[in-house]
Amino acid sequence: MTLINALIQGTLLGGYYAIIACGLSFMFGVMRIINLAHGSLAVVAAFLFWAAVERMEMSPLLAPLLVVPAMAAIGWLLQRGILERSARAGTLVPILSTFGLAIVIENLLFQYFGADTRSLAPAIGDLSFESWGIGGGIYIGKLAILILVAAILLLGGLQVFLTHTQIGREIRATAEDPDTAELVGVNSRAVNAVATAIAMATVAIAGMFLSVRAAFDPYAGPMQLIFAFEAAVIGGAGSLWGTLIGGIVLGIAQTIGAQIHPLGFLIAGHSVFLVILFVRLYLTGPGLATFVRAMIRRPA
Amino acid sequence: MREATFGIAEGEIVALIGANGAGKTTLLRAIAGAHHPSAGIVRLDGTDVTQVPAHRRVAMGIALVPEGRRLFTTMSVEENLRIAGSGSRNGEWSMERIFEAFPMLRARRKARAGDLSGGEQQATAIGRALMSNPRVLLLDEVSLGLSPLAVEQVYQSLQTLMTGKSTIVLVEQDLNRALRVATRVICMLEGRIVMDGEARSTTREQVTQAYFGLERRRTAVGTGTSA
Amino acid sequence: MSTRTDITVQRWTSLSAGVAAGVAVLAVILAVGPIVMSANAIDKLTTLFIYVILAVMWNALAGYAGLISVGQQAFFGVGAYFAIRLSESGVNVYLALVLAAMLTGVLSLPVSVFMLRLRAGEFAIGMWVVSELTRLLVNLDPLIQGDTGRSLIALSSYSTSDRRAFTYWLALLSLGALVGLVFFLLRSRIGSAMQAIRDNEEAAKSIGVKVLAAKRVIFVLAAVGCAMAGTLWLATSTTFQPRSFFSIQWTAYMLFMVLVGGIGRFEGAILGAILFFLLESWFGATGVWYLIGLGLAALLFSLFLPRGLWGVIEDRFRLELLPVGYRLRMGGGQARQSTDKQRTASPTPGA
Repeated sequence: MTLINALIQGTLLGGYYAIIACGLSFMFGVMRIINLAHGSLAVVAAFLFWAAVERMEMSPLLAPLLVVPAMAAIGWLLQRGILERSARAGTLVPILSTFGLAIVIENLLFQYFGADTRSLAPAIGDLSFESWGIGGGIYIGKLAILILVAAILLLGGLQVFLTHTQIGREIRATAEDPDTAELVGVNSRAVNAVATAIAMATVAIAGMFLSVRAAFDPYAGPMQLIFAFEAAVIGGAGSLWGTLIGGIVLGIAQTIGAQIHPLGFLIAGHSVFLVILFVRLYLTGPGLATFVRAMIRRPA
Repeated sequence: MREATFGIAEGEIVALIGANGAGKTTLLRAIAGAHHPSAGIVRLDGTDVTQVPAHRRVAMGIALVPEGRRLFTTMSVEENLRIAGSGSRNGEWSMERIFEAFPMLRARRKARAGDLSGGEQQATAIGRALMSNPRVLLLDEVSLGLSPLAVEQVYQSLQTLMTGKSTIVLVEQDLNRALRVATRVICMLEGRIVMDGEARSTTREQVTQAYFGLERRRTAVGTGTSA
Repeated sequence: MSTRTDITVQRWTSLSAGVAAGVAVLAVILAVGPIVMSANAIDKLTTLFIYVILAVMWNALAGYAGLISVGQQAFFGVGAYFAIRLSESGVNVYLALVLAAMLTGVLSLPVSVFMLRLRAGEFAIGMWVVSELTRLLVNLDPLIQGDTGRSLIALSSYSTSDRRAFTYWLALLSLGALVGLVFFLLRSRIGSAMQAIRDNEEAAKSIGVKVLAAKRVIFVLAAVGCAMAGTLWLATSTTFQPRSFFSIQWTAYMLFMVLVGGIGRFEGAILGAILFFLLESWFGATGVWYLIGLGLAALLFSLFLPRGLWGVIEDRFRLELLPVGYRLRMGGGQARQSTDKQRTASPTPGA
């Protein structure tokens, strides 16, 4: 694969990473919680989508209308039931509780759905493998373009939402200063629940795309979490679009790595992540927290 | 804060004074709902609001301008005002009216709150509290960190408020100004109220003595009806 | 300062002295184990010792240094890998096990320089990434044939019963050494530093507590401990398979043991390990439901019983078995203890 091709394919892959990363970043920016169950929840969404299409025989175009609200509702419950209490108990408790949650989720999925890897690629027919040739032996997958476009629309939509709606303002205010937000009439508990619901909606979209672009199994969660985290941290550019940039960098690194060695895909991704983290720590100082907070706060 | 009992009548302007650490901010925050007292009751118009969370108290008519202003620095002036305006309490205050009361903000409405000068920030903070059309306005050290000119401007803008029907509790370090604007003076020392009386009948000497605890004399408390 | 009352600082109480004596007796009994116990019992105890090491190490990291690492399996796996490597290059197999752990400790030092600058959540997942990368790099070694793995062949030069006994003794010795190290660390200045950091890191820094140095010591110790556990595990299972040694399950186990036993409590970690061992023997065979149970327990304990079972016991019986705190004895009066029990807030770090 030529370098140009690797860049293109990596960029397209970045679109998917942006979708799965933005929910993780969003939750951390608003509530200071790193949700270790993030990846497993994406897998839940993938299974819900799969069940809707394969078991309930819904059209893949209609099933999202079921999956996204379902995941949003799960997010709301998650916040009120677990995350709120965890956040109150200190900065380390959410890590412990969400890790426990991740174990419960993935093993429940295994219990209910079994170990088989599945894919919904067949359900979307030709879309899963069709591509446009742009010459020079380079092919751009239609599905991949769709995902990248969806990522851009999603991030743009979130941006607009945060800037122009009252709830968006309340989310930004709560993210910056929850105490003062309460003092000006913002119900921070409700705001956090909404934020989690929104994050889970993005996770739903990511999970659905995961199910059609690749195969998934009950234990696919951790890998998705790590990719999301890496994309979010790499892209620390101070805006929502940082997750897209981060996703693209990760995607490109992985694609190039894959050309070198079968294990290169993962090795390159992890290495680039660590290098960029290293550089950011020693050159500029801020970590994920500052980046994400800046991402949430800056409207444009 | 150790213990305090007092009532405020509608329309009173209460100056809350005392040294740093006397408990003034804690008291205001307890009234606003940001601080949960370990014991005791807060009543608004006879209704027990002690368990009511802060954001609901805003809807009920209590608004606090926090110490240090605590604006949302990454949001614009306009957004800071808008955020508070969702409370939907009816009243005279709207964004337009706030720009009338604090004209210097109009030109800066789109500016990032973090980029404003001290005086502009204070005006925004007060405006933000006013957006909810409060019945009781709590002002915590509005002159903190401001130039004398800026303080003057702030208090001038507050004039319209002061002459209206608003009930105000303000924490103010400047004794002269406090005695000038207030109708009632409460002095706190080490978490307790050590003086509570009408402003016009209180002398500077009396206040100074109470402030420094030179004469621990408790005057009658609770002469007004509960607010 | 008034000199009316004589105040002496006590480190030991009669209870903790009694417990220490009991532990010494237990150590002697355990030491003669392989001579008197059945093969099955020896195997089980070896496994228990490994679990206790893991629990104490993770507890030291999370409970005392406030570092929640979701990647300790990196050291667990690397230790085993180095053991294979060393053994294959001719080092005596049991020596290789210990050297591998030391080597891992040395390697963890540069890792710590980098990782310890991260904040809580970043550190947690960051360590996970490190463990994934390590697994992949180990997989690159042609000696380790991917998932097939590699056996610790040199073990076969010992008879089964000898191997069992030597592994047992090494496990017991390592356990004693590592736990002893943690114990003395906690009693030392570093232990007090850890306490101060747990209570308020900023304040601790401002009075000159060397926060980073203290954390680094615990980080390296935990690396050595987890690596030792890994090499011991290798000795019991004989085959090194990257996927199972670098599995996130190990973190899940450690997390469970420490959360349920009691985070930040020395006794709690040991209790958690014993409990985990028992649960695994009884329920391990039920497969997935067992894992769901573990996860659920971790979740519920972190939310509702943050001080773990030992925390509950401590509260009910006002017990502290191991002398890691300080007590003030007022002249002629009751000893009033001032350990981390005095804090009413949950000791789960980071509040």
